[in-house]
Amino acid sequence: MVFDLAWLPKLSQGLVLTLQITTACIAMGIVLGILLALGRVYGNRLISTPCSIYIQIFRGTPLLVQLLMVYYGLPSWGIYPSAFISGILALGLNTGAYQAEYLRGAIQAVNPGQLMAARAIGMTLPQAIRYIVLPQAFRIVIPSWSNELILMVKYSSIVFSITLLDLMGVGRRIAMRNFRYFEVFIVVALFYLALIFIISQLLRLLEQRVRIPGLGEQAEQR
Amino acid sequence: MSLLKAENIHKRYGKEEVLKGVSLELERGETMVVIGPSGTGKSTFLRCINQLTQPDKGRVWLDGVEVTHPKSSINKLRAQMGFVFQDFNLFSHLNTLRNVSIGLIKVKGMRKEDARKLAMKELERVGLDDKIDSYPAQLSGGQQQRVSIARALAMEPKLILFDEPTSALDPELIGEVLEVMINLAKDGMTMLVVTHEMGFARAVADEIVFMEHGVIVEQGSPQQMFSAPKHPRTGEFLNKITELYGETE
Repeated sequence: MVFDLAWLPKLSQGLVLTLQITTACIAMGIVLGILLALGRVYGNRLISTPCSIYIQIFRGTPLLVQLLMVYYGLPSWGIYPSAFISGILALGLNTGAYQAEYLRGAIQAVNPGQLMAARAIGMTLPQAIRYIVLPQAFRIVIPSWSNELILMVKYSSIVFSITLLDLMGVGRRIAMRNFRYFEVFIVVALFYLALIFIISQLLRLLEQRVRIPGLGEQAEQR
Repeated sequence: MSLLKAENIHKRYGKEEVLKGVSLELERGETMVVIGPSGTGKSTFLRCINQLTQPDKGRVWLDGVEVTHPKSSINKLRAQMGFVFQDFNLFSHLNTLRNVSIGLIKVKGMRKEDARKLAMKELERVGLDDKIDSYPAQLSGGQQQRVSIARALAMEPKLILFDEPTSALDPELIGEVLEVMINLAKDGMTMLVVTHEMGFARAVADEIVFMEHGVIVEQGSPQQMFSAPKHPRTGEFLNKITELYGETE
């Protein structure tokens, strides 16, 4: 096996694009996920049904199909998103659906009595959701959210199929020129592995930092 | 004019009519204790008063303002009625002090420093000023319930509704909560208390209400209810409950 240090600068450029796309689509997914989850849990039928349908569609169809529809499909409606925007849009719309489901589960895991107690001291429903329910739901959702983040780092590699030179795209281009597919993709894989290791460690740190003192300790004491 | 007036409250869950027209009046500074078998709608009735549960029919007034009026500003009115839950329902992610002060800051718009001072005062009143940094999961049930009473008190309510405040507690923790409640009653707080604690009822109730099957069967002073109940069911229930729970606090 022969490796070449000259690949590294190019791969690093690809890594930057991977990071940009992942960060942007995760951010978009969080906003979308919160709105969809709130719509599903607290909305009336007029709001919750469209949210459910959206989630079903985006979880029930392949991500690659969604990506190609955005990039090649939207132009037929006169919208011409760049490959970069298409990648973020498709990945963000997709992860939004998944994040909504995780967050919905977390919201429903918060003891409903606390929402009632918040209403009982005179908070409006939006206040009770914002100050009492969501802060707890966010803590509960961190583990599944960190899974989703890791998945999105890896799924972002499909944007190579719409000509983007992300980590995967760069690797593929290098390999097509020198035919050292195996070696190049080993390096690409190591890049992903390192990135995901760092992300999961950061999220574990976050989880510990926001842990609620005393919660979950009682079972151990007994 | 009575501080709280409920008139002909009805509530139905599916086929079962839980409340079949309950009316009562509570004077300022009075403590009223509601007793009765489980599943007779006592808790539902309390929740209908501050509209945590929407009654199907009937009206409620607080200090002359109709709570059930469609145009009433219910959040403002709720802030004037404290509510203490059976299972405390403290906010798990907030420490003791923030549990008490958050309503002052978010609902009353009080400055953080003022809210903190007032919360401290109320926590002192329930004997927990040394636990302000603890989180609910680090407190005993009795301490949690006392925090929840402080949370209600901090809003400076016109009355407090207690929904079986000691039913979820270990027997040895009931006393500390009852003590706080007895002191409140003596300080002149208006209280409507659903409970099985007959010792408490006898000690501080100005009036006892016996509810069964969604209606008020009988009401009267503790003396009359305990020694000369008019309705045979009242006597039966009081005997049974005194046997079960005893009369000590």
